[in-house]
Amino acid sequence: MITLLLLGFPLLASLMVLASGNKWASKLALTLSIIQLGITTYAYLLFKQQGAEAFYFFKEWISSPKISLHLGLDGLSLLMVVLTNFLVPLIILSAFNRTIERQAGYFSLILLMQFALNGVFMAYDGMVYYIFWELALIPIYFIALRWGGPNRVPVTLKFFIYTLAGSLLMLFGFITLYWYNPSQSFDIRDLYNAAICSCKQGWLFWTLFLAFAIKIPIVPFHTWQADTYKEAPTQGTMLLSGIMLKMGTYSLLRWLLPILPAGVAEWGPLAITLCVIGIVYASVIAIMQQDLKKLLAYSSVAHVGLISAGIFALNMQGFQGSVVQMLAHGVNVVGLFFCADIILNRTNSLNVDGLGGIRNLAPQFNTLFMIVVLGSVALPLTNGFIGEFLLLFGVYEYNTWLSVFAGLTIILGAVYMLRMFQRVMLGSVNENVPAFADLYWNEKIVLGTIAAVILVLGIYPKPIMEIAEPALQIILDKSVVK
Amino acid sequence: MTEQLMQDATFVLPGILIPLFPLIGFVINGVFGKYIPKSVSGWIATLAIFASFVVAVSVFSKLNATDSITIELFDWIAFSNMQIGFSFLLDSLTMVMLLVITGIGFLIHLYSIGYMHDDEASTRFFTYLNLFIFFMLLLVMGSNYLVMFIGWEGVGLCSYLLIGFWFKNDAYNNAAKKAFVMNRIGDLGFLLGMFFILFNFGTLEYDAVAQQASAFAPNSMLIVSITLLLFVGAMGKSAQLPLYTWLPDAMAGPTPVSALIHAATMVTAGIYMVVRSNVLFALAPHTLDVILWVGVATSVFAAVIGLMQNDIKKVLAYSTVSQLGLMFAALGLGAFASGMFHVVTHAFFKACLFLGSGSVIHALHGEQDIRKMGGLKKLIPITYITFIIASFAISGFPLLSGFFSKDEILAHAFEQNKLVWTILSISSMITAFYMFRLVYLTFYGNFRGTDETKKHIHESPLTITIPLIILCILSVFGGLLGLPSVFHVSHLFADYLAAVTDPSKAFLHAHEKVSHMTEIVLMSFAGLAAIVSIYYAYTKYVKKGEQPADEASLTGLQKWISNKFYVDELYDKIIVKPMLILSDLFLVLVDKLIIDLSVNAVAWFVGLTGRATRLLQTGNTGFYIFAMVLSMVVLFVIRLLA
Repeated sequence: MITLLLLGFPLLASLMVLASGNKWASKLALTLSIIQLGITTYAYLLFKQQGAEAFYFFKEWISSPKISLHLGLDGLSLLMVVLTNFLVPLIILSAFNRTIERQAGYFSLILLMQFALNGVFMAYDGMVYYIFWELALIPIYFIALRWGGPNRVPVTLKFFIYTLAGSLLMLFGFITLYWYNPSQSFDIRDLYNAAICSCKQGWLFWTLFLAFAIKIPIVPFHTWQADTYKEAPTQGTMLLSGIMLKMGTYSLLRWLLPILPAGVAEWGPLAITLCVIGIVYASVIAIMQQDLKKLLAYSSVAHVGLISAGIFALNMQGFQGSVVQMLAHGVNVVGLFFCADIILNRTNSLNVDGLGGIRNLAPQFNTLFMIVVLGSVALPLTNGFIGEFLLLFGVYEYNTWLSVFAGLTIILGAVYMLRMFQRVMLGSVNENVPAFADLYWNEKIVLGTIAAVILVLGIYPKPIMEIAEPALQIILDKSVVK
Repeated sequence: MTEQLMQDATFVLPGILIPLFPLIGFVINGVFGKYIPKSVSGWIATLAIFASFVVAVSVFSKLNATDSITIELFDWIAFSNMQIGFSFLLDSLTMVMLLVITGIGFLIHLYSIGYMHDDEASTRFFTYLNLFIFFMLLLVMGSNYLVMFIGWEGVGLCSYLLIGFWFKNDAYNNAAKKAFVMNRIGDLGFLLGMFFILFNFGTLEYDAVAQQASAFAPNSMLIVSITLLLFVGAMGKSAQLPLYTWLPDAMAGPTPVSALIHAATMVTAGIYMVVRSNVLFALAPHTLDVILWVGVATSVFAAVIGLMQNDIKKVLAYSTVSQLGLMFAALGLGAFASGMFHVVTHAFFKACLFLGSGSVIHALHGEQDIRKMGGLKKLIPITYITFIIASFAISGFPLLSGFFSKDEILAHAFEQNKLVWTILSISSMITAFYMFRLVYLTFYGNFRGTDETKKHIHESPLTITIPLIILCILSVFGGLLGLPSVFHVSHLFADYLAAVTDPSKAFLHAHEKVSHMTEIVLMSFAGLAAIVSIYYAYTKYVKKGEQPADEASLTGLQKWISNKFYVDELYDKIIVKPMLILSDLFLVLVDKLIIDLSVNAVAWFVGLTGRATRLLQTGNTGFYIFAMVLSMVVLFVIRLLA
């Protein structure tokens, strides 16, 4: 029951907000998303007590082709669900004190998005998973298209077609998997035990990998991202960067590695090389970015490149690192984009060189922004460090030279982040920022919460690893060809 | 066993309290700072460090030199095959660092109360300073490399925050960023070194690592790799060639910061790290050679640059780089205890010098150019006396602290490598010369600034002069901790550290100790060399009253030295600029042109196919029937042929 409640409540919430009218939409959405966070907390405690069994849900849906409503939560799913349901209230709250038109539609779509994301992370049937994966695209498409920036129409279209192309490949991949596996079903248990001929795994790898690589995105499939992040409204960017791209990295772990181990053995080395090249490539581009949102977008490409590299390293360190970093990156990137939004809100500008001296006017904002930046450059005792340490160590175990190259991220990350921070926040007050109000109450809560999480998870990350370990162990056992 | 545990238990609380006090101070000033009067926040911060110092002294009195006590706090990174605890280690090496950090840290906090009195953001200053001490304590108290790394990067952060303390000035911000990034280059080395250790030994705990490493033959590939990588980290943090250029720039921070972070404590972290890993390094003679020559080269290179600097703090900064080079040379010779000994005496006299320079700057309302000073001897007598005594100490004037610690390193050099001894002796002579060039230009002769400034010159308040006096006394007598064997007393310092440094002795080449006679000759020579250099500076700058030449008039070598051999310019040309160009190139050429154009080409091709197939849908029934019949015929033909 708890499984259905956890999954279904955001859908109900979405409909309620849509019906509520523009006046109350934001407050109602916030309340409902907090209730969802409460349900998630309960689920977390239940998981601690009883483990994954408590969340098993299975119901036959269509007999031919065999598709069933198989839902559940193992440690990995749980952490992704926690991330989603933790971030959504913050994302909603971040929209307070901003002028947004047609609020009922806006917040309803955010909650619909939450529903789809929860579904992606909880679905254990390939077709159900695929439906949620596609469903997640619809609200974000409308959010970007209707509430986005001036250049939104072509940018959103590109984003939509690009990811849809990936999804279609994935659909094709899943249908093929259905026919190739002896039990002819989409159920994850059957797929894990399918032992598909390694002769077919090579090209099947690409059908799934491309879909995930576009979503993550892994260089060179990233060119949709910077423009989309720039044009989408802030909440859309937060949903995209904070949660939606984790669909890709999560799916590598859940749907690619354990199902196609021979394919991974064949193409994994190429994939990890792409990831590592992407880390350095995106970091270098980020250095010279003038637009704050685009800079953050490229920094995000670098970070998720490392996450994916850790996954393809195929060892426990890399896996654990990827999980910790998925959570850390989700929280930090939402914080960063919110900081960008706060600056945009006050100055109407995101041009890094045209800003400066904000620290003089907004000390509270400065402190919290700094903490988020430190999390992002992976300073020890922030959440970012634990993830990067484990990921780089995982890559090191895979190949020493790759880890040296990937390790450049700790230098380059400091270069572009501190350069950006200096230009935006330090120095004397730039004429473009004559008046800069320090944080409003909702901004204080959002950034304060994020800063707190950055420190708490950096100091005591053990619970995450404990929860993730059994699930990751199963995946690891399946992923490594013996 | 139980007795051991009971004994360990008595150290748990103090072990936690030592870093906890600065953390509490940080939180109080950091979170509630705006409710606390400015004058109080400095005292809160100072008191926090004093409390740590008191606890450290009490631990020192109870801890035996041979004790090695681990305090486990909690599991930090923990899953199946990976267990890294957040835990502390108390032993003699940690103890030495603890006393230096909290002791000198306390004095510098006290000094800062006076020095930062008029700064509107002094609360923020003390917040950062407390945080720095916290991280520095973690660095030296950790029982494994990862906890050391927390402190290592944490002090880097505080250094960044404090160099850029006056954040309205973009030059300062650049200096801060440069320090952080350059340290990060070293940190990557440290990080990779840790990966090598963790992967091969399965642990990062110092004692376990040393134990497992002992099984390897000297100069094995693995140990050499590990130690070289760790040393890269040390080069960044301790400002060695080629990663030293951030330290002179770091003088942008308030002067107490230069004294505490960029002279007495943080920059010696690299030496601490090598001494802490002395077994590993002793097993890698190749690495020791690298360290030796990097240290020697840095020592003389920075000393030469120090000759031509005219900013009082820059002179001291290059002197620090040079002295750190000397310490690394000691480590390279395998004289770990001697390196640490110089860390301690250097902390005394260099802190005294920096704080003294701060007092001068304070008196002159911010003036740092020694060409605009002169004749301050009478006007700020306490500052003058403490400064000149500390200068004697750093120059190796006989019987002062620097004399003994430097002499010890020179003696080791003489035993092993005469060339090293020669270069280090030259570097010491240069040091004595530029230090007294600084003293004479600042305190002797006539005042060269404006009359307006001269009218306001005054001696600093007690919070400033008391730390100066205490540090001055330590600079004089600190050498007694490690008297050479000529004096027929035991070397207190080396004996105290023996439990930490002895395990590596087995792997080092034994060198014949120089005889007492030779030792006396060496000492006399070193003392004489220092006195000659000082005298030369005296004739040049006091008797002849020479002034530093104007930078524009310099030519040839002098111009090169004055411009610090154009190293910054070189780095800018070969690293920074190409990186920025690469960034643009990637974006415009690769991202926009190659990748995105390919993506759009795919889309265009799909569109084209769509348009092409649309031609088939004419809406003409006749055409459809025709097409149907035609395809049926084709299918039949294929069927027949197959």
